[in-house]
Amino acid sequence: MQKVNLCDACSKEKGVQDPTGFALADLLLGIGAAEEIEKGAATQKCPVCGFTQADFKKTGRLGCSMCYATFAEGLGSLLKAMHKGTEHVGKVPEHAQRAAQLNNRMRTLNENLKKAVAEENYETAASLRDQIKELENDLARKL
Amino acid sequence: MKFSNILSTQGEWLRGEGPHHQIVISSRVRFARNLHDRAFPGWAKKAERTAILEQIKPRVEELPEMQDSFSELLQDLSSLEKQVLVERHLISREHAAKGAGSAVVMNRKQTLSIMINEEDHLRMQSMRAGLQLKQAFKLVDKIDSALESDLEFAFDPRLGYLTACPTNVGTGMRASAMLHLPGLVLSELINQVVQAVSKIGLAVRGLYGEGTEAMGNLFQISNQTTLGEKEDEIISRLTKVIETIIDKEHDARQVLLQKKSNTLWDQIGRAYGVLTYAHAMTSKEALNLLSIIKLGVDLGAFPEDRRLPIDELFIDTQPAHLQKSSQQKLNAEERDHLRAQIIRERLKLFPKPDIGKLARESGNGSAAKPLEHE
Repeated sequence: MQKVNLCDACSKEKGVQDPTGFALADLLLGIGAAEEIEKGAATQKCPVCGFTQADFKKTGRLGCSMCYATFAEGLGSLLKAMHKGTEHVGKVPEHAQRAAQLNNRMRTLNENLKKAVAEENYETAASLRDQIKELENDLARKL
Repeated sequence: MKFSNILSTQGEWLRGEGPHHQIVISSRVRFARNLHDRAFPGWAKKAERTAILEQIKPRVEELPEMQDSFSELLQDLSSLEKQVLVERHLISREHAAKGAGSAVVMNRKQTLSIMINEEDHLRMQSMRAGLQLKQAFKLVDKIDSALESDLEFAFDPRLGYLTACPTNVGTGMRASAMLHLPGLVLSELINQVVQAVSKIGLAVRGLYGEGTEAMGNLFQISNQTTLGEKEDEIISRLTKVIETIIDKEHDARQVLLQKKSNTLWDQIGRAYGVLTYAHAMTSKEALNLLSIIKLGVDLGAFPEDRRLPIDELFIDTQPAHLQKSSQQKLNAEERDHLRAQIIRERLKLFPKPDIGKLARESGNGSAAKPLEHE
């Protein structure tokens, strides 16, 4: 019966010579992760939950979803090293889909407004301004 | 539903059915989700964790899939009960260590289990027998969509679902299958497979996930990355790799039958002998020997109707199951005796290995490939 140990320490112990497959795991456990974060900002603290980079170093976990924005700089290269890509291409929750739609619509309205003002088409501009206001209210309700 | 019901009902996925069931024990898909305006469980204070729990638990319990569910706060479960759930893969080892502010909700069939305040606010997992990753995915996806109408999950348009650990960000999805690979282990090809799989962004782990040892020739294969790839792409890539491993395992068994049938016969005979006559056995030894008997059933050395009792022993001889069934806490030595006793009893009516069958099949390669019941 052949016993197979798979963790890094065990594979070294058993003389399995090529643990390259586990290098990534090292990273994931937070050893490399902490260093990457450190490069980002030394004394940053999440304004929402008070989490610091020292906490990340200790736990390998973040404090809240806002930490992704707070530590974005350091996390960027870390995520790049960890994952297949840097942008999410999978499922999008319905509320985010709706928000994206509203944001797109807001962008279009603002562009049209700029154009209308430039063309001195004030009647259209006024109507666009009303629509923008309405949309802003919509967005505010969502948040 | 009571805890005793869980113990007395075999989880549907444990029943050893499903596509490629001889090699793929089970398929699991889990999603990690978090509320957008709350600290992650590991960072949240107890009061916030409790508030999160109170917000999420009723939503989970009212899911149509959770009718007649088992729903329990972790603090109300004994450590033995938690360990039983770990041994059935219904909760993680990390979750078992949790107390106040955490809960688990699972359906009667034990095919859907939702952990609240594990590492993330929600860990939803679906389990299936055999190779059925797509089906497992569909159920979790449905549950996720149902919950997101009431709960706003932390989501960033660029990074996807935000999770406590950056390794899960993006889809928040981990898909995995538990494979039984005695052929590859006996032919000493397993390290090659493990390394090849690691190189293409998949992880190979032992029986209970991260950082656990491979026992009973059981290996968990899962996706390592969650960002930059769609859920269904991850699932189909993983499925393809697993199908390749299944082929390799069949090939390895074929070669063993043809070139090393004496070794194979020796292994099966020894496993049978020790399991039938031993009076003390660790769970590791039990798993390793049961694995060889299971291989024996696959190869026709034992009748097909002996498959279920062996599969059941894989779970029933685990430390917590053993103690739960004997209704008392046992020390390691007592467990080893009880384990050996249970195995001896269950194998009493087990026929001796049919060497003739093995010999016949080793003479005819085509018959060695086991039939799949699909």
